[in-house]
Amino acid sequence: MSRKLLLKNDHVPGIATLKTYKENGGYTTMEKALKTMSPDALLEEVKTSGLRGRGGAGFPTGMKWSFLAKPEGVPRYLVVNADESEPGTFKDRYLMERIPHLLIEGMVISSFTLGANSAYIYIRGEYFYVSRILEQAIDEAYAAGLLGKNILGTGYDLDIYVQVGAGAYICGEETALLESLEGKRGNPRIKPPFPAIAGLYGCPTVVNNVETIAALVPIIELGGAEYAKIGIGRSTGTKLISASGHINKPGVYEIELGLPVEEFIYSEEYCGGIKGGRKMKAVVAGGSSVPILPTELILKTAAGEPRLMSYESLGEGGFVSGTMLGSGGFIVMDEDTSIVKNLYTFSRFYHHESCGQCSPCREGTGWMEKILHKILEGKGTLKDIDLLWDIQSKIEGKTICPLGEAAAWPVAAAIRHFRPEFEAYVTNPESIKDVKHYYRLNPTV
Amino acid sequence: MAQTTDISFKPETFELIQKITKRYPEGKHKSALIPVLHIAQAEFGGWLSPQTMDLVAEVLRLKPIEVYEVASFYSMFNLQPVGKCLIEVCRTSSCWLCGAEDIIDHLEHKLNIKVGETTSDGMFTLKAVECLGSCGTAPMMQVGADYHENLSIEKVDNLVDGFKQENKQSRYC
Repeated sequence: MSRKLLLKNDHVPGIATLKTYKENGGYTTMEKALKTMSPDALLEEVKTSGLRGRGGAGFPTGMKWSFLAKPEGVPRYLVVNADESEPGTFKDRYLMERIPHLLIEGMVISSFTLGANSAYIYIRGEYFYVSRILEQAIDEAYAAGLLGKNILGTGYDLDIYVQVGAGAYICGEETALLESLEGKRGNPRIKPPFPAIAGLYGCPTVVNNVETIAALVPIIELGGAEYAKIGIGRSTGTKLISASGHINKPGVYEIELGLPVEEFIYSEEYCGGIKGGRKMKAVVAGGSSVPILPTELILKTAAGEPRLMSYESLGEGGFVSGTMLGSGGFIVMDEDTSIVKNLYTFSRFYHHESCGQCSPCREGTGWMEKILHKILEGKGTLKDIDLLWDIQSKIEGKTICPLGEAAAWPVAAAIRHFRPEFEAYVTNPESIKDVKHYYRLNPTV
Repeated sequence: MAQTTDISFKPETFELIQKITKRYPEGKHKSALIPVLHIAQAEFGGWLSPQTMDLVAEVLRLKPIEVYEVASFYSMFNLQPVGKCLIEVCRTSSCWLCGAEDIIDHLEHKLNIKVGETTSDGMFTLKAVECLGSCGTAPMMQVGADYHENLSIEKVDNLVDGFKQENKQSRYC
């Protein structure tokens, strides 16, 4: 089941250098694309591949690209979203750090397909050292004629720039990212117009996640139809999963979509089971914003089918009994974990990261954090649990960008699946004092 | 126009800033603001004073308010002075699950300050921050621009003692 497309060479010593990357077949796919294929033919391959955005939303990449407006005399841009900030997610960092040239090769193929001559990588400011690795790789590529004017003698020009952010989760939202790239506060824009029509500097722009753009290399190498055979159903190809929490082997794993969740958690090839031989309590499968599921629902759907690592299977049962693949940020919690406290760290995060544009999010995230803090202090009431539910329901769907949903969903899911635990904090806090990290609250700074 | 400030960038920094502004199309030099704020913060003691921000405004031909409103939005820009060595411990979900609170508690005791404070000798500032994308190597802390991962109390002790000994100045970019 372990078919690797993106990370097949991640352990080759020196793979971050152009020399080693080329020795392992690097840039041959880009050469094939630029010299033997037309942008239209490339776009068809992307559509055929069934590739879906790897940043979290899972929107079909080929369709997104086909929306790109192409007015005469107006530049188009490719912007790579390397803002990776969804708690639990660190796969793009790994990919850029280990194999920076894979991203660059994917960017050249993508930019050529889209007709862009300038492309930006917007990387979160905290990944400063990764930005240096990227810049070094870009310099190497320029020196070798793989970037710049008249790439490989094909007449195609492309410049790639690295732009660092400065600590704002919201800039992972594509329109906030564009605002930030324009030197402004990261306030999401009202859509429409979508970036495909009016994006960076008002020009048609495609914004895609690092992993999505890197996937262009295997897609064009294999052909869209071959790529589509990998995976399961509409979840084609492979996906990078960031595994963390109470597992024996945290790290970044490339899986073929369709891998059973149980195998991913317990096999030695992946997470290697729960630390200390303890039992698993819950999993957040796709980054902090997706619904948390208790063990029985993450391993099997409500209908009793084995849960698979795919967009469809994780989504099976909707939010009543399912979740989402999201960004692939897979956080595992053992039997001693306080679900309420974990939720508190999420709610504190979203409160901190709300840009403040929309009242439901700006105010609601703060209230949710405060109420959870009160419950954790043992000062909550049963009504507070209902109030939490009420607040989250009034944020969802009422904001300019999806940060509202991202903040609301974890609260809803934690109450939906673990209500008795919330009630225990309220009615009998003494009884759960043995739960790890109970009462240990840090100041909210 | 920004009031002329009595501080200036080093000549090589000024040159670097001119180079950065060329990454963007004609007239879109405002895009350089965030990269230049990082550079300014690194050059002027790890924080952005109003004077430093005015200098950035002047160099990039922006109104001071355009600089202030951006600097105040992003958490990596320090609008108050920080210690020579800025320690930021991640506290979100995965890091919390793996013991970030023990690390924070330990640092508070060791440095004899609370989260958000600076030691009286101006050496260390301690902050608790949100997810830094290091969940698989939790717990972790960032010191200036550097990541320190898979922390234990012992590892933290060694690191902090080392910083103290070498009188470390955080590197920001």
